[in-house]
Amino acid sequence: MTDRISLIHERLQSALAPESIDIVDESAKHAGHAGARSGGGHFIVDIVATAFEGKNLIQRHRLVYDALGDAMQTEIHALSIRAHTPDEAKAAS
Amino acid sequence: MDVMDRIKETVESHPIVIFMKGTPQMPMCGYSSRTAQVLQACDVDFAHVNVLADPEIFENLPRFANWPTFPQVYVNGELIGGHDITVEMFQKGELKPLLQEAAGKAANG
Repeated sequence: MTDRISLIHERLQSALAPESIDIVDESAKHAGHAGARSGGGHFIVDIVATAFEGKNLIQRHRLVYDALGDAMQTEIHALSIRAHTPDEAKAAS
Repeated sequence: MDVMDRIKETVESHPIVIFMKGTPQMPMCGYSSRTAQVLQACDVDFAHVNVLADPEIFENLPRFANWPTFPQVYVNGELIGGHDITVEMFQKGELKPLLQEAAGKAANG
């Protein structure tokens, strides 16, 4: 399972050069439900990057999905994305 | 009809449509369930497509709008997002006016 986290981490790191990435594996919570049969994991990604500046939610999520590429089809069943710019992250903390 | 044309026709013929796992009454995935719930909380009629009951749509919908996961919510033919975005828009109070405007436009012809 940690392999999947490093894979997600690496791809996001190289595509978006984020200030911070936090990935939580929630797969265990969802094991066995009908939608999880394919075997992919459930993850939450909290990511702060200047790449999100001036982009709406759908554009930010697309950047993350694009960075993950084929891993979205094979390794990841579900992904919750919290994508913020450094300024937003500062305002929230 | 080609599956891409079927998807296109579905999103264009309903002002609000959710592609989900299961149905609003019997959702098969927590993300689909919560997304359908916030649509219901907006007090509008919306269409749904159970992607588990239509393997062809299940396989091809991710290509349609270049969005890899389910559920997907379309308003006036455009993808507004999946679970996270729809729920976040609801929490910010942005979802209800958007959906009600879309539904109202449809009702008024």
